[in-house]
Amino acid sequence: MKDWPETFDIAIVGGGNAALCAAITAAEAGATVLILEAAPLPYRGGNSRHTRNFRCMHRGPLSVLIDSYEEEEYFHDLMLVTKGKTDEGLARMVIRASEACLPWMEAHGVRFQPSLSGTLSLGRTNAFFLGGGKALVNAYFNTATDLGVKVAYEAEVRHVHREADRITHLEVTVAGQPVTVRAKAFVLASGGFQADLDWLARAWGPSARNFLIRGTPYNRGVVLRDMLDQGAESVGDPTQCHAVAIDGRAPKFDGGIVTRLDCVPFSIVVNRDGERFHDEGEDVWPKRYAIWGRLVAAQPDQVGFSIIDSKAIDLFMPSVFPPIKADTIEGLASLMGLDPATLRRTVDGFNAACQPGTFHPTELDGLRTKGLNIPKTNWARPIDTAPFYGYQLRPGVTFTYLGLKVDDRARVHGTDGPIQNLWAAGEIMAGSILGQGYLAGFGMTIGTVFGRIAGKEAAAHVA
Amino acid sequence: MSLDHTAEARRQIEICNACRYCEGYCAVFPAMTREKAFSDGDLTHLANLCHNCRGCYYACQYTEPHEFALNLPAALAEVRVESWERLIRPQSFARLFQRHGVAMTGLLVAMLAAFFWLLAALKPTSGEGFYAYLAHGTMVTIFVPAFVLPLALIAAALRRYWVEVDGGRVTWAHLRRALQDAAQLRNLSGGQGQGCNFEEGDRYSDRRRMAHHLMMYGFLLCFASTSSGTIMHYAFGWEAPYPLLSVPKLLGVPGGLMMVVGTVYLVWLKLKADPALGAPRVWGGEMAFVLLLGAVAATGLLLYAATGTGLQAPLLAIHLATVMTLFLLMPFSKMVHGFFRLAALVVEAKKSQKAPQGEMA
Ligand SMILES: Cc1cc2nc3c(=O)[nH]c(=O)nc-3n(C[C@H](O)[C@H](O)[C@H](O)COP(=O)(O)OP(=O)(O)OC[C@H]3O[C@@H](n4cnc5c(N)ncnc54)[C@H](O)[C@@H]3O)c2cc1C
Ligand code: SF4
Ligand code: SF4
Repeated sequence: MKDWPETFDIAIVGGGNAALCAAITAAEAGATVLILEAAPLPYRGGNSRHTRNFRCMHRGPLSVLIDSYEEEEYFHDLMLVTKGKTDEGLARMVIRASEACLPWMEAHGVRFQPSLSGTLSLGRTNAFFLGGGKALVNAYFNTATDLGVKVAYEAEVRHVHREADRITHLEVTVAGQPVTVRAKAFVLASGGFQADLDWLARAWGPSARNFLIRGTPYNRGVVLRDMLDQGAESVGDPTQCHAVAIDGRAPKFDGGIVTRLDCVPFSIVVNRDGERFHDEGEDVWPKRYAIWGRLVAAQPDQVGFSIIDSKAIDLFMPSVFPPIKADTIEGLASLMGLDPATLRRTVDGFNAACQPGTFHPTELDGLRTKGLNIPKTNWARPIDTAPFYGYQLRPGVTFTYLGLKVDDRARVHGTDGPIQNLWAAGEIMAGSILGQGYLAGFGMTIGTVFGRIAGKEAAAHVA
Repeated sequence: MSLDHTAEARRQIEICNACRYCEGYCAVFPAMTREKAFSDGDLTHLANLCHNCRGCYYACQYTEPHEFALNLPAALAEVRVESWERLIRPQSFARLFQRHGVAMTGLLVAMLAAFFWLLAALKPTSGEGFYAYLAHGTMVTIFVPAFVLPLALIAAALRRYWVEVDGGRVTWAHLRRALQDAAQLRNLSGGQGQGCNFEEGDRYSDRRRMAHHLMMYGFLLCFASTSSGTIMHYAFGWEAPYPLLSVPKLLGVPGGLMMVVGTVYLVWLKLKADPALGAPRVWGGEMAFVLLLGAVAATGLLLYAATGTGLQAPLLAIHLATVMTLFLLMPFSKMVHGFFRLAALVVEAKKSQKAPQGEMA
């Protein structure tokens, strides 16, 4: 095995948000840094290239953020989604540190824009990146390069070599060739394992092979697995992943944001057998978005069908693929591969259960069905106005929860205490804070805060 | 209308409309969020609102090798050029000169020959300055129709544009907003003053806006200079040649210098930029047009510097030939983008009063 020609102070595994924040911070502190990115250049930036915003605490108007969003409210929001499965100390640290992230990001090339049309509800809590996450990743790579950081693409780290409480080197495949990378300190920022379908299938059962992966195919958890095998402390439920219901026609990997569908609250959703299986009108969509991935995953063949009529077609964000369209319910059913008679029966039953009332698309309008086993508790209007439209839904995995346990200095721990020269940041350790559920924009916040901590600590270690 | 380019632009716009990450870059994105389905007219409008800053290419997570294969700047550039080629009559002229720098050069050579012949054949017996070589009346007879007829062709094309994009009635307020945007090249600022992604890959740079400003305001100064000369001639009976401290010269000399610098700047930027993010088939025509503008300005300045020398006559012929070529090509070259773009901004000022789709959910 060849050695990498230069020896760096710090080697960073991954090329997403967390890795870049660590690299920039360490380089600014004077360390020499090498980034090892498994993806080729056009796909650099992991899942970070698919993001659009980060959640930021602020005590008054800040850049594009309006009003204020203070620690208690932020923490309360986090408690709601995680149902208490969070490390309060770490969570509060991240929340407090998020306020200083925004100006830091701006100073390192990230630009922000007001919240996007269709997402007004996030204008106070989440700062949107101009151009989205890929523009952010580009800006950070430029800043890092200007600081002298070296980047190796198509460089997949296969093994993190540990001797007692130190890491000595990495075994890497660079463009197919095995290479040893030595450094004085190491930062792991290689994301989760959601792109490893075998691993998902082991955790979820074989149905996981039907899941679509919303982000990069390069986050296969190779380094996470390797560290777990070497006794690193872990956190988060290995059998859980965050999945949302997306367009069934999405690509297997990297479909990103555009494959999401916002039609569910204005629709009825049936399974392969033409039957409804959950209350579509439980709550406003952003809050319910995340549960539908699981709901669809639990149905036969991991598929669902969202059915609307022409009254609803303009009420939600446009979809990337056009809906299936037909003049009759039966016609729609055959186009979607459903049994026409069963779908007719389900729709008729639903229509008959709808009650008169005032429909309000933007708020809980209490327009509920009466007498159904599975009620629809808001926005229940008969599906009766042709043409009819349908979307196929499949579970799209956003991220996995299992990760490395870190302390407030981002250090990775073995069974007998912290490893002396190893830090972790981003999704690979996010389970330390986010044990369950998801708060929009929190992934990038965790990565930015812990990336900066890891970079600073690693640079101090080698100074 | 080429089905391929329109269909491809529609495919890409529909992906963008489900994404909207690039909303802050320019007017194209807020405009697209108003619709869910895009007619050919909508696409023509969006394409003329895009000024090929390329911000949305480098920011896009779906560019090749991703299967969505987004390249919105190129898709819109194709539709845009095609809209000019389709709406300007005669279409064959537009197609020829938009695409081929060689054709433009050919026309210029023809004009050079014509003016050398004119100067030799029609040399007046009296007259001062330029008019010693070509009588004022002759110049007016030649240049007025060469200026007015192309403008009439453009006006007719803009009417067709208006119908195609469903422009409707506009008010002074719409016009004022469009003129303000155009005067500042607001959209070229990248949304926040950071500029384009034109010549340095994914790094922002404001150079293209600077270069364009030099060219546009230089051109307007030269145009004002000529207009002021005309006014002085007819209204005040003060005939050319004018001294340096006169309105035409005070406008024209700085204007000409700005255009020359602007030309060098734009050519340099264009050579550095990736041709695959524009409409590659008109690259030659665009480059030739920039050089033509530079030639008009440079020969004008040289002519002024050569006053009283033996070079005045040949330089006059060369300068008049470049001006004539520019006039004749107004509808058929990149020059026409100014008219279409302003029209698009006016239409957009009006249409932007409608709320985006999906805001309810
Ligand atoms: C479609 C989508 C939209 C999202 N939107 C948002 C949002 O708006 N806001 C938000 O906060 N979060 C969002 N998230 C979550 C967010 O993407 C993650 O929380 C965040 O990007 C994690 O950053 P990271 O740097 O830890 O990982 P990543 O950005 O995924 O980076 C991991 C990097 O490691 C590399 N890598 C993996 N394995 C190896 C290896 N063995 N060797 C070398 N390199 C390796 C990968 O190539 C990649 O570059 C979204 C996720 C998805 C899928
Ligand atoms: S260019 Fe790409 S990132 Fe930008 S809006 Fe379109 S799809 Fe989204
Ligand atoms: S190239 Fe620039 S102007 Fe054109 S659509 Fe993209 S961001 Fe807008």
